[in-house]
Amino acid sequence: MSSFLSRIMVGKSKAHFSAGANGRSQSAPGAFQGTRKRRGNQARNRVVIMIGAFSIAYVVIAGRLVQYAMISDDTVASIGRADNLMASRPDILDRNGEVLATDIRTVSLYAEPHKIVDADEAVEELSTVLPNLNVTEIYNKLKSKSRFQWLRRQLTPKQQSQILALGIPGIGFRPEKRRFYPGGATASHVVGHVNVDNRGIAGMERYIDNQGLADLASVGMTSDARLEPVRLSIDLRVQNILRDVLMGGMSKFKALAAGGVIMDVHTGEILAMASVPDYDPNNPAAGAEDGWMNRMSNGTFEMGSTFKSFTIAMALDSGKVSLKDSFDARFPIRIGGFTIKDFHGKGRVLSVPEIFQYSSNIGTAKMADLVGIAPHKEFLTRLGLLSRVPTELPEVKMPSQPREWKKINSITISFGHGVSTTPLQTAVAGAALINGGHLIEPTFLPRTAEDAEASSTQVIKKSTSDDMRFLFRWNGINGSGKSARVPGYNVGGKTGTADKVVNGRYSADHNFNAFLAAFPIDDPKYVVLTFIDDPRSESGRAAIAGTTAAPMVHDLISRTAPLLGVEPKFGTDGSALLVSY
Amino acid sequence: MVSRAQRGAVADWFWTIDRFFLALFILLMGIGFMLSFAGSPAVAERLGLDSFHFVRRHSIFLIPSLITMIGLSFLTPRQVRRTAVIMLAVMIVLMVLVLFFGQEVKGGRRWIGIGALSLQPSEFMKPAFIVTCAWLFSEHARQPEVPGNLFAILLYGMIVALLIAQPDLGQTILTTAVWGGMFFMAGMPWLWIILLGGFATGGLVVAYTMLPHVAGRIDRFLTGEGDTFQVDTAREAIIRGDWLGRGPGEGIVKRIIPDSHTDFIFSVAAEEFGIIFCMALVLIFALVVMRGLTLAMRERDDFTRFAVAGLVLQIGVQSMINVGVNLELLPAKGMTLPLISYGGSSMVAICVTAGFILALTRHRPEKRAVERSLFRSGIGVPAE
Repeated sequence: MSSFLSRIMVGKSKAHFSAGANGRSQSAPGAFQGTRKRRGNQARNRVVIMIGAFSIAYVVIAGRLVQYAMISDDTVASIGRADNLMASRPDILDRNGEVLATDIRTVSLYAEPHKIVDADEAVEELSTVLPNLNVTEIYNKLKSKSRFQWLRRQLTPKQQSQILALGIPGIGFRPEKRRFYPGGATASHVVGHVNVDNRGIAGMERYIDNQGLADLASVGMTSDARLEPVRLSIDLRVQNILRDVLMGGMSKFKALAAGGVIMDVHTGEILAMASVPDYDPNNPAAGAEDGWMNRMSNGTFEMGSTFKSFTIAMALDSGKVSLKDSFDARFPIRIGGFTIKDFHGKGRVLSVPEIFQYSSNIGTAKMADLVGIAPHKEFLTRLGLLSRVPTELPEVKMPSQPREWKKINSITISFGHGVSTTPLQTAVAGAALINGGHLIEPTFLPRTAEDAEASSTQVIKKSTSDDMRFLFRWNGINGSGKSARVPGYNVGGKTGTADKVVNGRYSADHNFNAFLAAFPIDDPKYVVLTFIDDPRSESGRAAIAGTTAAPMVHDLISRTAPLLGVEPKFGTDGSALLVSY
Repeated sequence: MVSRAQRGAVADWFWTIDRFFLALFILLMGIGFMLSFAGSPAVAERLGLDSFHFVRRHSIFLIPSLITMIGLSFLTPRQVRRTAVIMLAVMIVLMVLVLFFGQEVKGGRRWIGIGALSLQPSEFMKPAFIVTCAWLFSEHARQPEVPGNLFAILLYGMIVALLIAQPDLGQTILTTAVWGGMFFMAGMPWLWIILLGGFATGGLVVAYTMLPHVAGRIDRFLTGEGDTFQVDTAREAIIRGDWLGRGPGEGIVKRIIPDSHTDFIFSVAAEEFGIIFCMALVLIFALVVMRGLTLAMRERDDFTRFAVAGLVLQIGVQSMINVGVNLELLPAKGMTLPLISYGGSSMVAICVTAGFILALTRHRPEKRAVERSLFRSGIGVPAE
């Protein structure tokens, strides 16, 4: 090294080195000169040592510079790896492949406070691009001693370019994936949403995480590769109509809430389910808080007369009652200080179809009494009405029942008071009444009829189911279900109007209306349930289900049946067709 | 063009000056001026001054610096020695005065006001001290009965006492390293080397135990814990610069580190101009040192040998300490980068060093005598 350097440095140095050696041999005799040479040689050697020491030091410095140059810039940044932020979630599609949820690429703004030069200036400039920035909070973040702070997550490309143009030192962007729901609120309660860290926290999004995605993410096994999309049983078109109908009903009847579900009775697939008010999963925090609750699966209600379907099915299934039997509904039942009366009292002996048609509390109560308390409880348990409905959605509420079943409980439960169930499980149990007696777990994922049948349980006899179809049809033509009639689609159903409990007492001024329906009832394909909470009639009084929930089902079926592939049948109960359909 | 036939002072100077050294020094001054555009506007803005306040002052200081360097390079070795001795005497007086009348800056009394100027005598002391010591060492070598080495030791003791009194540990270490290096080259016996090395180590241990801020800095360097803000930021800046730099004006370290125009100009340069540029910068310093030492090696006159070696040693050690701190190879120690960093006293004083080097390395007839004898002995010498 030193000789190399010296050669570059002083062209003649090599010559001088040799000169030293040469010179000595030439002029050795002189004693004085000899001393001088020796000293000169020693000094030269010392200088060579010095040169060597400096060379080593310069090599160290050069090595350090090379080492620094080899370090990639990323490792200097104070932030963690991008894995978690760039982790993909699977797209969520409806049954036809329409996108319900997908990942889009965004950027998030962060600051490295120790690199911030002027926090005041930075805040001021940032707020020109992000006007709703919390100035104090951001200022404190920038002034903090930390090395990393998020300033704003998930910016638009336009905001990013504007912030870049400000040229503020010490801030930067991280690419992130953001969940986007093209349908907005349409399927909000089913699809759910994710938090800012892209973890599913509601609906099917949460279900996906619970299936192992979150576990993978927590051990860093995420990737930003595309994942296989998750296909739901939801039909976005039907879902959209359902929500539209519910929103319309809610505003028309000035109700607190409304909900509805359409389920395939043979597969248990939920085609559509909505609960309004709802929220926009793209911005969950922006909506009102009452929109967050999925009333269909996470709200329980006393279903009212709809429940009579189950009581009559029970009575028929027990064999103690047949469609031809009659019950005396002339006099109210007095029990334990309560009086059980009929709303549409006929004051005569009613046949079983009439009891269903006129929604006779007295007749239903007598049937429950005939079957007995324990079999009643057992029957409702068998239909899954007393336990949490098993499905993929995480938001499922446990129904409530009396702690101890006494006669009065059995009697009130027979017409839908005393047991609170979720509308979803009511529809699921209703499906079992009319599909031949198979209780099928509801699912939000596609399922074939074979799979459904394999996992289903027979809860009532097929003959009972046939009888129930007749009763539903009977009520759909003659009874409270008339307003749900859709020509060609043979809708059958049972209304329910329950007084709501206000301040611990049943109030006649506040109702819960529901309509449990199926179509086409002669060969049921879909069960439909709608409810509307505290509706008002035009006069401002509490409205009943025949005027609220049933017309909503009418709208729903007339608009969705063509999409659901149900062929209309004209001619049997209507006039002859002029054109072939 | 200056004719070789003329024998005037300028013509003599022109044909005998070491152009390689001259070019290196002027190149360094040019780079320093360029980097002042990178490092100092941010500092000026932070202090509420006009953006180009320090750039302007830097350019103004370049004038006396150049005049000093060129002016001193006209001196003969004998004149250099005399100038140095007088200058050393004046600076010692000023360094005593500075203890009583000095301006206290950052916990040290180092500056003395003379009219509108403020001056750091310890900066000017260094070249004068080096040349004086070189003279003492050479006298001792020439006539061992003259106690040159003893005088050099006494002089060193006095200077170090004055520096510690300021206190200025950085200059103390620098002065010790240069003086030790010269003594080593002057043929210090190995026993002495071990003894003095032991003394130096002992001195550092004493400094570590007696001076809490020194202890803190060394602890931080060794453990990497505590407030390593400046060096950490410098390190990040260099890494961010990568091989080719972020581009002029694109650096941010200069906005963060207070001493970005002086002690951390190297990091600023690395961030904006890249590591390759920094390597070139280090190479220039290395060339100065290596050329100085190789010239010293072939020099026949002991005084010139020791003086040139000592003076390039000063530039080499000082630049090495500065770069070493920037690269986290050494504990944090405020030290300017010779001819590059901003600072009037340090720049003019380094030009005194450079001027002395130029004066002592001029081609002189007595050297030519050796070359001629070589020529006669038949060994090829490249044409000049």
